Amino acid sequence: MTTVEESAPAPEPAAAPEERPIGYGRLRRKEDPRFVRGKGHYVDDIQLPGMLHGAVLRSPLAHARIVSIDTSAAESHPKVKAVITGATLEGLGLAWMPTLSMDTQAVLATDKVRFQGQEVAFVVAEDHYAARDAVELIDVEYEPLDPVIDARHALDPGAPVIRDDQEGRTDNHIFDWEAGDKAATDAVFARADVVVTQDMLYPRVHPAPLETCGCVADMDPVEGKLTLWETTQAPHAHRTLYAMVAGLPEHKIRVVSPDIGGGFGNKVGIYPGYVCAVVGSILTGKPVKWVEDRSENLMSTSFARDYHMHGEIAATRDGRILAVRVDVLADHGAFNGTAQPTKYPAGFFHIFTGSYDIEAAHCKVTGVYTNKAPGGVAYACSFRVTEAVYLIERMVDCLADELGEDPAELRMKNLLRPEQFPYHNKTGWEYDSGDYPTTLRKALDVAGYQELRREQAERRERGELMGVGVSFFTETVGAGPRAHMDILGLGMADGCELRIHPTGKAVLRISVQSQGQGHETTFAQIVAEELGIPPEDIEVVHGDTDQTPFGLGTYGSRSTPVSGAAAAVVARKVRDKSRIIAGAMLEIAPDDLEWEKGRWLVKGDPGNARTIQEIALAAHGVLELPEGVEGHLEATTVYNPPNLTYPYGAYICVVDVDPGTGAVKVRRFVAVDDCGTRINPTIIEGQVHGGLADGVGMALMEIIAFDEDGNCLSGSFMDYLLPTALEVPAWELDHTVTPSPHHPIGAKGIGESATVGSPAAVVNAVMDAIGVRHADMPLTPGRVWQAMHGGVGAPQ
Amino acid sequence: MQVTINVNGEDRSADVEARHLLVRFLRDDLGLTGTHWGCDTSNCGTCVVLMDGEPVKSCTVLAAMAAGHEVRTVEGLEGPDGLDPVQQGFIEKHGLQCGFCTPGMMMTARALLDRNPDPSEDEIREAISGQLCRCTGYLNIVRAVQWAAQHPAEAEQAPAQTAGSAA
Ligand code: FES
Ligand code: FES
Repeated sequence: MTTVEESAPAPEPAAAPEERPIGYGRLRRKEDPRFVRGKGHYVDDIQLPGMLHGAVLRSPLAHARIVSIDTSAAESHPKVKAVITGATLEGLGLAWMPTLSMDTQAVLATDKVRFQGQEVAFVVAEDHYAARDAVELIDVEYEPLDPVIDARHALDPGAPVIRDDQEGRTDNHIFDWEAGDKAATDAVFARADVVVTQDMLYPRVHPAPLETCGCVADMDPVEGKLTLWETTQAPHAHRTLYAMVAGLPEHKIRVVSPDIGGGFGNKVGIYPGYVCAVVGSILTGKPVKWVEDRSENLMSTSFARDYHMHGEIAATRDGRILAVRVDVLADHGAFNGTAQPTKYPAGFFHIFTGSYDIEAAHCKVTGVYTNKAPGGVAYACSFRVTEAVYLIERMVDCLADELGEDPAELRMKNLLRPEQFPYHNKTGWEYDSGDYPTTLRKALDVAGYQELRREQAERRERGELMGVGVSFFTETVGAGPRAHMDILGLGMADGCELRIHPTGKAVLRISVQSQGQGHETTFAQIVAEELGIPPEDIEVVHGDTDQTPFGLGTYGSRSTPVSGAAAAVVARKVRDKSRIIAGAMLEIAPDDLEWEKGRWLVKGDPGNARTIQEIALAAHGVLELPEGVEGHLEATTVYNPPNLTYPYGAYICVVDVDPGTGAVKVRRFVAVDDCGTRINPTIIEGQVHGGLADGVGMALMEIIAFDEDGNCLSGSFMDYLLPTALEVPAWELDHTVTPSPHHPIGAKGIGESATVGSPAAVVNAVMDAIGVRHADMPLTPGRVWQAMHGGVGAPQ
Repeated sequence: MQVTINVNGEDRSADVEARHLLVRFLRDDLGLTGTHWGCDTSNCGTCVVLMDGEPVKSCTVLAAMAAGHEVRTVEGLEGPDGLDPVQQGFIEKHGLQCGFCTPGMMMTARALLDRNPDPSEDEIREAISGQLCRCTGYLNIVRAVQWAAQHPAEAEQAPAQTAGSAA
């Protein structure tokens, strides 16, 4: 099916209500009725009796020793209930907490502050205003230290040592990590006709969900039970970590992630504010709400990227790509707080070989500390596949420029061929399935590529700057096989429970959590497809550790690949059991029954059947069941993925650049995605639309910038610019379908594809328009203008 | 200070600090949490409500400034006959994902359609350009507003019955 999207007016819905799909298809979201009425339940909507409010005092300096903290004036504020400092937490053994990368992070600074915006003290007061007022009354004396801001100087001899809290540390080096075969790669480079080298920075950006991070902590002193409503993408992982860190028994912790106003990786980590709110509730015996403001969100919570990449690509003169080599300097900020599977300190960056059939590849990544906020894996990045795709897709365009070849043709020539799947790339990945040339061809057709090139030539004649950019990406998502992938030792497998009630309605309990992805709808559709129970009869429960089985949460596009698989498996278990019960009902051997969506019928006698609803009632009734078969109709499973899944796509961007100002207008954007089996095409398209806007934002507008003293220059939406409806075009989507062979329903995940794949297409288009080989994102008018005029560096 | 604001057709009074923002008055004092906030700088528009029919950012209006005015929030969109066409349009066209920007977007859309029942795509984009959405890439919001423009009288049946049915 082809669904080319033209700009408005949108076509009317394809399916009439009476044809509503019991299973996959375009289904209205079950979540929407509450959201359109303003009846969502976000963390900041929670009001509890006696609830107090917390606020954080943050460091104004990027690097300084704390000489003294005077909290007396704050404490005497009439509405203040508690003032917590690093010293308070030290007494509780909580001044430092582990990060998701096995480093430590200060909850509240005790010795030094290490980035501007770092948490120094926490005030608990009767209301929000009083808490903020009292924060202003705390007097901290700092002794400023030289900061390390430019990662390229972090390893200089004599550079200030940021993490002197770590015994014996004399530098800012975190790790070196390599993938691929260096000797083989070097050998291929030595004999290649053409080698192109390019330095590029994927700048620090921020996921900036519209809802900031926050929580309500409620410690019941009598029951000894902590309930924590939190903006988290991983409630179960958080519960376990709180248990391990704070020594609270895990069964006495309930983490609830209610409706979440966007996550994009920003809400994976545990932030100091959460811990302070918990401590505040323990100290005061009252519930404590803490919700950060926008500046706090942009300045202190998980940023993304900040990869300085030195790329090299080797090819034959006729354009066959032979090898790729990358050296990366990774700026991790003041604490190594990146969130990725333990064995992979650079995430999945080593999929930088992309979608091409090459002979050899090697990368080295060096992580360093700087005096900036911690984080690094966020913003729909699929564990750094974003950086990898940007690198390879820019390098291919640089090569095309060097060879004077058309970038689409160069890609077509080098794409993996369908018969090469499953494909083992040169850095250790096994790509599950793909038909790349078909997808690229489709994108070129939808875009009218040849016509665009003709138009471009004509416009050039008139002095107009039009550019066409192509990118082709392969993602690796759905982490992951537990033998290889864990976060802080927790294997990345996910549980699922399905219970069919006596009347044939169902409840599905899933381990992952939605931040807008529509899980309540798609997961009901997965079960509906397997069992024939209408989706509206299936309640999907998520985001509450007391109500759902354990699992690692929603990020890295893992919900459908991992938890979606679990939902299908658990539904099939129920179906298998329903067959035995149907056999008992019909007094026939189960083998003599065949399944037709929603019922078992007697082979050769299709009029003789039992629906899943009838079977559910019988399972709870008095029917005599075969030996060894328990009553009721339910099942549980834990899904351990055998491999990751590999969604891919071809993107084409058309831009016009104003020759006078350097301003870029994205005129068109064509995206052809292949995410395997499509559960709800409407939701898939929505996910792609959002990711494409992210890509335009990153390519043209977004950067978390710092001055040389480490002052964050992007601490508000006046400075950290996000695209509005005026900066993005009417997206044009199409798709191909190549199911994953190892996934129970063949679905690959789509949440991050567009964010990962689109920035390179936009940058490639701008470079194509201005005839420059490379300029770093964000391509603001100033930067584009400078690039056009041979300048290096640019105003931010 | 004592303020009285007509909110969704009802006079609501409270004793507030002079610095109290309208968004906090609505959320904290009246429990109308459908109006959100997402920034400190008047940039995001998740807080948009209608004041005397005009969209305003309620984070940039003091409760005291709204005294004596008529404020309409997302909770006041649904009528006795069902959802406002704008609400139905957002459901029909998948104009929302996380739902955080949605109330503000819908209030702006309502105001737009009240003064311009048949807006062009450009006019819709212009109208919502002071607001951010991080999830949808805006196209389906535009389509949602167009749907509402095309179905002015159809307050439709409540989506409690249509949720989970084919889009
Ligand atoms: S809260 Fe962002 S504009 Fe009002
Ligand atoms: S739907 Fe999430 S911000 Fe718009």
